[in-house]
Amino acid sequence: MPVLKPPFFAIGLLSSCLLAYEVLLTRLFSIVLWHHFAYMIISAAMLGFGASGTALALLKEKIAPHIGAVYLIAATSTAFLMPLAFLLAQQVPFNPLELLWDGTQPAKLLAIYLLMMLPFFFGGLCMGLVLWHFGGNAGRIYAFDILGAGAGSLGVIGLLYVMPPHKVLIVLTALSLAAAAVAVIELEMRPKWMAKVFFGLALIVAAMPPGNWMLTHPSTYKDLSQTLNITGMRVIEERSSPLGQITVVESSRIPFRHAPGMSLNAMDEPPPQLAVFVDGNGPAVITRFDGTLAPLAYLDQLTSALPYHVLNEPHSRPHVLVLGAGAGGDVLQALYHGAGKIDAVELDRNIIDLVQRRFSGFAGNLYARPEVHTYEGEARGFVNTHDDRYDLIQVALLDSFGVASAGLYGLSESYLYTVEALQTYLNRLTPGGMLAVTRWLSLPPRDSLKLFATAVAALERAGVSNPAARLAMIRGWKTVTLLVKHSDFTSGEIAAIKEFSRARSFDVAYYPGMRADEANRYNLLAQPYFYEGAVALLGTERQAFLDRYKFSIEPATDDRPYFFHFFKWNAAAELFALREQGGMALLDWSYPLLVATLLQAFVASILLVLAPLAVSRRRRALPTLRVALYFLAIGLAFMFMEIAFIQKFVLFLAHPLYAVAVVLCAFLVFAGVGSWLAERWRGRGSNRNVSLAVVAIATLSVIYLAVLPSVFQGLIHLSDPAKIAISVALIAPLAVCMGIPFPTGMMRLASTAQDAIPWAWAINGFASVVGAVLATLLAIHLGFAAVILLAVLIYGLAGAALKGFA
Amino acid sequence: MRHLILGTFLYLCCAFPSHGEEFDAKRHKMVEEILADITANDRFTLDPTVQAAMGKVERHRFVPGWLAAFAYLNRPLPIGHGQTISQPTIVALMTDLIKVKAGDKVLEIGTGSGYQAAVLAEIVESVYSIEIIEPLEKEAAERLKSLGYGNVKVKLSDGYYGWPEAAPFDAIVVTAASSHVPPPLIKQLKPGGRMVIPLGAQFMTQYLMLVEKRMDGSVTSHQIAPVAFVPLTGKH
Repeated sequence: MPVLKPPFFAIGLLSSCLLAYEVLLTRLFSIVLWHHFAYMIISAAMLGFGASGTALALLKEKIAPHIGAVYLIAATSTAFLMPLAFLLAQQVPFNPLELLWDGTQPAKLLAIYLLMMLPFFFGGLCMGLVLWHFGGNAGRIYAFDILGAGAGSLGVIGLLYVMPPHKVLIVLTALSLAAAAVAVIELEMRPKWMAKVFFGLALIVAAMPPGNWMLTHPSTYKDLSQTLNITGMRVIEERSSPLGQITVVESSRIPFRHAPGMSLNAMDEPPPQLAVFVDGNGPAVITRFDGTLAPLAYLDQLTSALPYHVLNEPHSRPHVLVLGAGAGGDVLQALYHGAGKIDAVELDRNIIDLVQRRFSGFAGNLYARPEVHTYEGEARGFVNTHDDRYDLIQVALLDSFGVASAGLYGLSESYLYTVEALQTYLNRLTPGGMLAVTRWLSLPPRDSLKLFATAVAALERAGVSNPAARLAMIRGWKTVTLLVKHSDFTSGEIAAIKEFSRARSFDVAYYPGMRADEANRYNLLAQPYFYEGAVALLGTERQAFLDRYKFSIEPATDDRPYFFHFFKWNAAAELFALREQGGMALLDWSYPLLVATLLQAFVASILLVLAPLAVSRRRRALPTLRVALYFLAIGLAFMFMEIAFIQKFVLFLAHPLYAVAVVLCAFLVFAGVGSWLAERWRGRGSNRNVSLAVVAIATLSVIYLAVLPSVFQGLIHLSDPAKIAISVALIAPLAVCMGIPFPTGMMRLASTAQDAIPWAWAINGFASVVGAVLATLLAIHLGFAAVILLAVLIYGLAGAALKGFA
Repeated sequence: MRHLILGTFLYLCCAFPSHGEEFDAKRHKMVEEILADITANDRFTLDPTVQAAMGKVERHRFVPGWLAAFAYLNRPLPIGHGQTISQPTIVALMTDLIKVKAGDKVLEIGTGSGYQAAVLAEIVESVYSIEIIEPLEKEAAERLKSLGYGNVKVKLSDGYYGWPEAAPFDAIVVTAASSHVPPPLIKQLKPGGRMVIPLGAQFMTQYLMLVEKRMDGSVTSHQIAPVAFVPLTGKH
């Protein structure tokens, strides 16, 4: 088969399908399992890219005469393995909840890894083949590769808005087959009708009616699955978007009666409710409301009702902001307590729509009431861009108890509960207004004390001389509510806090001037942990307390936005020793899983990178240590930069999803431009090009770190399109420079040691996976700014390594 | 090939339960483990009647056949329908916390496999157990009947309203997850009675809530971590 020029468009299309597939898998595994397992599985699957480089390095002599055919087989395999690997992985009876109990679970997880690696392996093989064979064009090849990826990152978000995830899987299969057809044309393969066959196949797949076999099968331990096991439960509505799969369940026989942590003294039964699950987690509920307030009395029996009893004149008809309004529980609570005006902010359009339109009758037109105003948006973004002042800002209990208590959020960045976030909320309060945050109760205390520590830090940063006078915390048997006031609590307000708690048998955990014997009266703990913790966090020995406490409860900040990270190694060892007594249930799971993810990626990388060295009989054909170091460094540094800057822009763009999509796309597209330039400028010398790029990256990064916070603060009021344009403009120069090193190195190898290209491709593939996981791990401990500085350092190393290429 | 043979052998070992005496020995060992676990925490003791009940109830009859070989490991096991049979230590601790004695009448919300009901039935006079998932209710009712637990009544129902015909109860065990404690259950608890509720995700009991109804009808609750783990060490 004659091979003439690189299949640029085929590579671009395939690359966009693979990136879209990666994003899609996050959705699919979040629905089937839980989010952080999705992260683990995808990290492992991405090792397939690196493995393809290794395979190519080992088999290149055998492949060389049949390069076109091998490409086509690999491309076709990628297409069909996308759905097949996922469907097979769903058949593996893996139960993450049993990981620590059942020795066979890790083997099942490994089986899922191996299956999910396959599409990435074959996709990576296509890329590696082309880079190896057409190394001299590495600049343009890589440009098409990452331009395609950029398009894929945006395209998949669009697709996920218009169709459910399992249908997107079919679309990606069809597009991958189309990419194979394009390759037939570009590589001028014979017989020519093969292209038609592949296009035909793509059309057939795209037109295939989706059958039940394609549907996702969520774990039987997810909240939704458990609910549907009960007789009389019926799914009455399903919505899907990139933010999550929403399922609304109606119960004909057994009411949901969702009233989290309701007082044991209460005699009220909640009205009929519809349960709303997001990705099978939940439920949140839409409560039936006919305009009369009496049936809502149960809402006064929750710890979150506290602020309404503390706010007094002139706040008797308070202006309330509900952050995370969801299906409307906190809005109803505000209505019940006579709020004069309620602004309800919810991120997911679909959830608002359920209450506003689909079930508006059931919900009593809650979101259409004159005093209620709903806003679609992210909480921080809303507070940053609106100038209203509130008597009360309620941060709702958004996550489900099951997910929270299993410690599954540790890896998720949350800008809702950082020191800066609390400062922003406090700035939006009227004089005498207050912020109320409710969390699930965990024992020993974790979130509640971390939240308390965060509030103390926020008040101190705001220049409040005596934060102790502005804080109050109560706990029920299942929830904790923290109040942070804009001014000092008055004696009348303190009396109201005590009376509210006494009447409901909630315990006061802290209020200004509280005596130790007032703690721990109704929900008795072995020790008054909450009171002791609060007092210690307000005292002079705060740092010693934080150091000694067996969970990480240091305040979360915008630079280290890991509110749900409570893990400490020494406590883990103790809990592991106590596992038979139930110690493992207290462990914050996600961090050890992140470390496990890193270790497995690291071990796999080492083995597979060393494999070609071990097997190769002609070691001289393999590149020097410097080459390895170069591709390792640029792989790591690229991921560090990309991940850290995505987080820096998330706050500015004020939407977790769009921000990631926009920033990722901008990074990839402009890195593509950089690659293209690298090929054009190759005559100027690779050392010079990379050195210039590294210097520019370093300069820009340091400038951005210094000025971005104030730039963002100044421009946060602009419209979304303007903010997107500014973000893209800021990312562009950085990304262009970041796109230069990889193709430059590849082109250098093409002219000096072409056989080393697959190996370099493998190293870069592994470095990307390790880099992504390592970036999160480092951010947890050091913050994103440090991750960026580290990336600059690694780029510097790469520049030095390139100079020593043979 | 050797692996295949070994694998098949292991599978067969698991699939076919070993002899009764072997189970008795394993159960005996399990009770020793439970006792060691619970008394490792100096806040707890384990009543001899609870020890005896744990030593008597054949846990391997309450798990799916293919898991029988693992029935006496001190761990929760899946029983289908997204439900689990609790870790034996937790079952023992919950039974101990409600301080049941001969002659008592106990209500259980969430029958599951029926294991907890059987343990209670070894001690008390009658157990009323409510299950919400139909197939589980059927299986548990049949199982308890065939094992001779005539003092356990099982029904398929909404646990929220308890079992008013049989109320009041000396103790109530709520193993089904709920966002709040149903007020009717507190009503059906005798003054001086105790209710216990495990909290946490499936397979992971974080803490137990013990609700006590005083003689005057008021309630207090205790939140009890099953594990002796203090978040702080040293003075502060």
